[in-house]
Amino acid sequence: MRARFIDTATRLLNEDPRLALVLADISADSFAPARRAHPDRVINVGIREQLMTSVAGGLALSGMRPIVHTIASFLIERPFEQLKIGVAHQGSGVVLVGHGASYDYSTSGRTHQAPGDVALLDTLPDWSVYVPGHPDEVETLLRHAAADGDNRAYVRLSERTNATARTVTPGAFDVVRRGSDGVVIAVGPMLDAVLEATADLDVTVLYATTVRPFDAATLRTAVSDAHPNVAIVEPYLAGTSSAIVAAALVDTPHRILALGVANAEVRRYGTMAEHDRLHGLDVPAMRARITGFIEPALV
Amino acid sequence: MTVTSQLAYADLEALQSAMTGDEKHSAAATSTLDVLWVLYDRVLRVSPATADDPDRDRFLLSKGHGPVSYYAVLAAKGFLDGIDLTAIGTFDSPLGFHPDRNLLPGVEISSGSLGHGLGLAVGVALGLRAQGRTDTHVWVLLGDAELDEGSNHEAIAYAGATGLDNLHVVVVDNASSTHGWPGGIASRFAVNGWATAGVNGRDHDAIYDTFTASHTGRPYAVVANVERKDS
Repeated sequence: MRARFIDTATRLLNEDPRLALVLADISADSFAPARRAHPDRVINVGIREQLMTSVAGGLALSGMRPIVHTIASFLIERPFEQLKIGVAHQGSGVVLVGHGASYDYSTSGRTHQAPGDVALLDTLPDWSVYVPGHPDEVETLLRHAAADGDNRAYVRLSERTNATARTVTPGAFDVVRRGSDGVVIAVGPMLDAVLEATADLDVTVLYATTVRPFDAATLRTAVSDAHPNVAIVEPYLAGTSSAIVAAALVDTPHRILALGVANAEVRRYGTMAEHDRLHGLDVPAMRARITGFIEPALV
Repeated sequence: MTVTSQLAYADLEALQSAMTGDEKHSAAATSTLDVLWVLYDRVLRVSPATADDPDRDRFLLSKGHGPVSYYAVLAAKGFLDGIDLTAIGTFDSPLGFHPDRNLLPGVEISSGSLGHGLGLAVGVALGLRAQGRTDTHVWVLLGDAELDEGSNHEAIAYAGATGLDNLHVVVVDNASSTHGWPGGIASRFAVNGWATAGVNGRDHDAIYDTFTASHTGRPYAVVANVERKDS
């Protein structure tokens, strides 16, 4: 995904003179050709994430459309007040592109992990959040975000990808499969695991690559056609979208199962697969949790 | 009280007095008055008629505490036409104890939380340069205590290293920083390659001469010294 982002952003800089790219050393080497082509619009401030974010805010105030990129923990968490005050409170728009959010950097430990990124951004109003599940979807969603006026957007890249890309429509959930015993929402790169875990279950599977705004209409339609058992599988903190699901179904009696990353100080390194097992997000655990949620409700 | 015509420096005291309720920041407000007046009266190329012109000079009040001097100067220069100054801080007033650019014409940034303006100013300066607006100047005002915020030092280091010479900083020094600045505030900028100067922050002609001095190829920091906060 990161490689596709670099390629797409480089081409976008060629296409739109209003775009600028702001970096804090991360990925700077990969953008060297773009910087040579556009020295005034490809800006590397060094390892200064507060400044990176404020510079983006200032660029927006001057009339430009900044894309800001680094590792998610240094993009969302470290300069959070710059996002709140330097961007959102000014009424400005930026496109944030983060990679390696939850535990992609599993060997690096907590300092390089940000499973709470979407939950934290949810404390600010009016951000769009895109979670591509495949490199091809990165291009679609990034192009949409960059062209989306002066809105504020976060594109969440991951090392985890689905095997094949789907044709995604920004803002809308994709109905991957229809069933009657419940609805499972798979967010971005969780789709392959969800499909495998629910292969022999009679459930609707929705694929979400835009999670903010949340496609309540598609969810409501899916729930109206099935038992109102809703499981949402997110690659970030478990329960991040539970309140939004509940609000979407406020007039529909329903049950929710929220799967995702546990809110815990996990003092482990190892592989992503090992962290999947720790968080119950590997296929066997996911299958057991979804089955255990849906089947009792059908009795 | 509303202001419908341009006023003079002598009128500022009455304008400030009309805005009550934020007296805890009166020292902060008083410290910036003369610098703000000289900027808007003689230096900045911006007026109510050009407040949205992309080629206007920008002034960013980073030190958003105690904005009554700022509001008084804006009102005297016609930016706040029709706005009731006495309503400051009330529910329906656009005048808050910290300014909001989305509510007030001519206000470039919303500020109040310290340490944001300089980084934003660097971004504005870079954006103007990228757009080829090379004769447009960016000014930002900080307090000496605000300089304690670490975010400023990311901006100081970067702007100096990149020779961002359309960027101008005024640090109003009323000695309110808890631990002070050994070696002087100007040296903090100079070590990163900025042109620097000091000036009596109450002497209008000296302020003007200092603000308009040449600093080709380097960002410019002026330390405007005023009476101590606790004096």
